[in-house]
Amino acid sequence: MSKALRILVPVKRVIDYAIKPRINKASTGVETTGVKHSMNPFDELSVEEAVRLRQRGEESKSPMKVENILALSAGGPKTPDVLRTAMAMGADRAFHIDVPEADGSPEPLTVAKMLRGVVEKENINLVLLGKQAIDGDQGQTGQMLAGLLGWPQATQASKVEIKDEAGTVEVTHEVDGGVETLRAKLPMVITTDLRLNEPRYASLPNIMKAKKKPLEKKTLADFGVEDTRRLKTVKVTEPPPRKGGGKVEDVDGLVSKLKELGAL
Amino acid sequence: MASLVRALRPLSRTVPSARLASRRFPGRTVPSAYAFSTTPRRREADLSDLTPTPISLLSETESMMADTVQKFAQEQIGPKVRDMDEAETMDPAVVEQLFEQGLMGVEIPEEYGGAGMNFTAAIVAIEELARIDPSVSVMVDVHNTLVNTAIMRYGDAQAHRTWLPKLSTGTVGSFCLSEPASGSDAFALQTKAEKTADGYKLNGSKMWITNAMESGIFIVFANLNPSAGYKGITAFIVEKDTPGFSIAKKEKKLGIRASSTCVLNFDDVVIPKSNLLGEEGQGYKYAINILNEGRIGIAAQMTGLALGAWENAARYVWNDRKQFGQLIGEFQGMQHQIAQAYTEIAAARALVYNAARKKEAGQDFVQDAAMAKLYASQVAGRVSGSAVEWMGGMGFVREGTAEKMFRDSKIGAIYEGTSNIQLQTIAKLLQKQYTN
Repeated sequence: MSKALRILVPVKRVIDYAIKPRINKASTGVETTGVKHSMNPFDELSVEEAVRLRQRGEESKSPMKVENILALSAGGPKTPDVLRTAMAMGADRAFHIDVPEADGSPEPLTVAKMLRGVVEKENINLVLLGKQAIDGDQGQTGQMLAGLLGWPQATQASKVEIKDEAGTVEVTHEVDGGVETLRAKLPMVITTDLRLNEPRYASLPNIMKAKKKPLEKKTLADFGVEDTRRLKTVKVTEPPPRKGGGKVEDVDGLVSKLKELGAL
Repeated sequence: MASLVRALRPLSRTVPSARLASRRFPGRTVPSAYAFSTTPRRREADLSDLTPTPISLLSETESMMADTVQKFAQEQIGPKVRDMDEAETMDPAVVEQLFEQGLMGVEIPEEYGGAGMNFTAAIVAIEELARIDPSVSVMVDVHNTLVNTAIMRYGDAQAHRTWLPKLSTGTVGSFCLSEPASGSDAFALQTKAEKTADGYKLNGSKMWITNAMESGIFIVFANLNPSAGYKGITAFIVEKDTPGFSIAKKEKKLGIRASSTCVLNFDDVVIPKSNLLGEEGQGYKYAINILNEGRIGIAAQMTGLALGAWENAARYVWNDRKQFGQLIGEFQGMQHQIAQAYTEIAAARALVYNAARKKEAGQDFVQDAAMAKLYASQVAGRVSGSAVEWMGGMGFVREGTAEKMFRDSKIGAIYEGTSNIQLQTIAKLLQKQYTN
């Protein structure tokens, strides 16, 4: 039997993308209490891609089958919500890494170290993760993880294709003015971007099935990691309100306006 | 609660003060309605030791499905709402997606391809869909709470195996009770059934049949023994392609226009014995019981509609429309109306969820369901009407959803028991309780 994919999909519970974020009273961050949360949209893409890789494998449209999809999330007591969603979409099992909510999200390096621990313990050969979380927008975890593991990485994937049984993977991503195709061999780290796929809605029967899938609670210590902080948030403020612009009649008007402002 | 009342009752007959007390606080007793409901009590568990929770609290599964259905409705149904209403047709792609999402078999057990969820989950789904489109919502409501329930509860193992997989994965169902001359007086139905050598033959016509254009399976109530009066009423299952069955007319309606409503003809429709649902002569009981709980579904459709109309208008007055230099939602006259409307929606929802939970707990819920449906449809009418006014011209044009929600709300006072019938049900139960 050829090698099979053992996929890790880290997901994050964030403020729903449709909610307008508001700064908290202490100006230390975004108000999260009483605000609707859901799975980070980029992570939905990675869960979907993992499930599609499995479907393609089963339909023999892909040379490698998927053996297991592990969803993982670090956070407080509400974190299992997004893990259940991931399992309702098709992940097989989940790890909830318990991190006290009061501490806020761990920093990307901490997360990357934790993920390295999971990869090693669970014998993972493909990590699919969102290119960034829409709350912190740091976009570092995938790259740091690849660095720590010494694995090849392909970021902002818009297409993922397993080319052969030996684990050659071709990843397409969008760059300025076109697309770039990368080829690497498993094990590897892939981060996902918007055009990769359209995530499914968890169907009602699958929501029920997800209840029976295993969800294990773990701690950072289980993977030999401490929640150390290197960064300190000094202040969070609203962007200044937009001031109305002006309209110009035609190109000449635009040119003279630009000259007037000293831009030309 | 129920056990407490039962325990107190014998006491009240002997001790005058206790009797007085129980009469002074009638709201705390559970009205008995066995005469109206033969719904099997699923749980005999005593609920009195449980810590009461907020009535709006959903289980993990229910809230997860609420999120999913909300997202699905907004993204997939939302863009089609206006077109479907104008065309007065349900987009077949929407029906297909509803099956794919498992929304057509919410309570059907997993072994038959359903989701195997609870009744309140279906209520949550109906409400979430109605926030976007009450037409889609009623389709899901009738299919789940009337058709699926009828077959799950009254069909035998063979009927389960035959019909449930179809109903959960690809065939829409209709519930055919009303006729040209029998609406609120449902048991005056004229459709006749005759026994044949190996089955039954149906003759007559049905009217106001929801989902008829999309349906493949029809539960038809017909009288097998007219001399026995309503006790001859029997439920049958008729498939769309049965010879003699035809759709005579599709109604053009004021509201829920994407939902089909048709007149059906049965002209010597011959069906096999196995298409008898439950037992002969029990149809009237089945119909009463199913409609009693189906009402909670319509109530949920109405609270969902009210919420959808309210949210649509609230977003507009608090974000878009400015007059006299400020958002119109800043004016106190507007704010008080908006607050009043939301309070009414919250009250209606409390009735709806309370009725649903009581049904699930195996308590009598007939009066609760009637009150929920009555009030929710009234609130839906008022709120969606106000929402049109708050939005001014933008509420009146056939562009957004405001005027559509207003038109759609009207049906709530009409189908699955008119408001007058609900009032009658509530009054009858109260009178029984207060008659010495």
